[in-house]
Amino acid sequence: MNTITPSQYLPETQQQPGRHFRAEKFDFWSFFFSGLTGLATLFILGILAVILLNILINGWSAISWHFVSTIPKKDFFDASTTGVLPMIVGTTIRVFVMTIFVIPVGVITAIYLTEYAPNTALITRIIRAAVNNLAGVPSIVFGLFGLGFFINFIGKNMDALLHNPSAVWGQPALIWAALTLAVMTLPVVIVATEESLKAIPPGLREASLALGATKLETILRVVLPQALPGIMTGGILAVSRAAGEVAPILFTGVAYYMASLPSHLSDQFMDLGYHVFVLSTQSPNIEQTRPILYATVLVLLMLTFALNIVAIIIRARMRKKLRALG
Amino acid sequence: MAAISIPRVAVDDNKATGSSGASLIEIEQLSLYYGASKALKNISLNLGEKIVTAFIGPSGCGKSTLLRCFNRMNDLIDNVRIEGAIKIGGHDIYTKDVDVIELRKRVGMVFQKSNPFPKSIYENVAYGLRLHGVKNKSALDEAVEKSLHQSALWDEVKDRLHASALGLSGGQQQRLCIARAIAIKPEIILMDEPASALDPIATTRIEELILNLKKDFTIVIVTHNMQQAARISDQTAFFYIGELVEFGPTAKIFTNPAQKRTEDYVTGRFG
Repeated sequence: MNTITPSQYLPETQQQPGRHFRAEKFDFWSFFFSGLTGLATLFILGILAVILLNILINGWSAISWHFVSTIPKKDFFDASTTGVLPMIVGTTIRVFVMTIFVIPVGVITAIYLTEYAPNTALITRIIRAAVNNLAGVPSIVFGLFGLGFFINFIGKNMDALLHNPSAVWGQPALIWAALTLAVMTLPVVIVATEESLKAIPPGLREASLALGATKLETILRVVLPQALPGIMTGGILAVSRAAGEVAPILFTGVAYYMASLPSHLSDQFMDLGYHVFVLSTQSPNIEQTRPILYATVLVLLMLTFALNIVAIIIRARMRKKLRALG
Repeated sequence: MAAISIPRVAVDDNKATGSSGASLIEIEQLSLYYGASKALKNISLNLGEKIVTAFIGPSGCGKSTLLRCFNRMNDLIDNVRIEGAIKIGGHDIYTKDVDVIELRKRVGMVFQKSNPFPKSIYENVAYGLRLHGVKNKSALDEAVEKSLHQSALWDEVKDRLHASALGLSGGQQQRLCIARAIAIKPEIILMDEPASALDPIATTRIEELILNLKKDFTIVIVTHNMQQAARISDQTAFFYIGELVEFGPTAKIFTNPAQKRTEDYVTGRFG
């Protein structure tokens, strides 16, 4: 046969319209795996919902203005008179002081690693490995490190240098707890900053250098302003992680009870997370303490949430400004 | 074109001399290595002042690499080694005592992909001036306006100087990059395929701009577009795999090249 008719090269679409667009048969494995991944997601969301609802339902009734604004007496297990003001203040300040330390150190380290360090050199690889390992160290180990390094080494030596008659710095204090947390959250800030620095188009650096800018001028005027939102993300992650941590502050600054709010960086402080631990393990009457235990957890969650919201709003403003003007 | 009348000789040993008496850039026996591979082979070339010189050649022929030698942007790449000399205004720019910052103030650059800073139009143009210590507001205003006029962008942006440069079209962004480069009054402007990412209309505007700018600046342009090289340049250098094949007045290169390889390339037979 020498001629080919359309029915020969177009037979199937002609005879079975739509055949190529419709699955021919039920694909079991595709169905199975999409179902499996969906179920896994639902499961996690479910757990989160159970935790949050449980805390909200049980804790909400015990929350009052009195509860969040009162400095409690030594017996803080009594639901009718207790309050969590010192814990709110303590947790907020320690997170804030931590941020002041961790952001500059983390950002400068990330700048060194991305902009200055020779990428393949042994020292760079060692620093990177150290940063990654730091992220894997259990938080109680950071607590012990803080006690050994900050309090017993730095604090005691400061006391000796300043000729303090009694221990001022050489004991658990807000500053040491904050610094311990800063060391713990350093990897988060370094990695987030590195990622945002790497994301900046090389063309921008070249443009700046070609105009006769030094490397430092290029970093300060072009690179860092662009990286700010990414740095903020690192800060947000660090704050989220640090706000709920108890182990690192256990030996480095937290107090079981204080009659007044901390007024100095060398003071000890009360803390929401630690207070949850105290309420749940030290109470003489578990039933009576349970509502305030839930309420304290709820306050901790709301505080973490609030700190995050503030940081996210600042970041959103920065992004908007960068997009509009820079 | 005036340059056509200037006699020149295509020399076989890659030593090509400039057309006019005033050679601003003198390249002497230049070789460049990336690690072990030799990207530029023994290039000697003199580029004249206040003319447009085009570098043409297939991808990987070393034309951009050579361009980036003139403001030492290759310094940023590891493992780059250079032999020979490049003299600008008689001074070797690769000796130890050369201030690279000062060199880059004298030798501006416009890149293939427009790269305005994510700042306002005004701040983009003012960037270099601020770097080099200009703080006076009226001096900045004046320089920004002048540069934008020179880059034929002023009329389009004069009402939105403080709007983001990223809101400009591709062609406008590239002209902004030219304004940014000329704001610090360089003597030489290097252009690395400045119009390769632009549409024909934007390309035409850039070409017109280049022809205007050569009154004040010495321009070296790398281009893949041979019509573009023919339209805007006075001198053309043809490179092939790291070698300078031929250098001469643009009209001669395109109509009567001395080398067979040049003829094959400009007539589109390879490359």
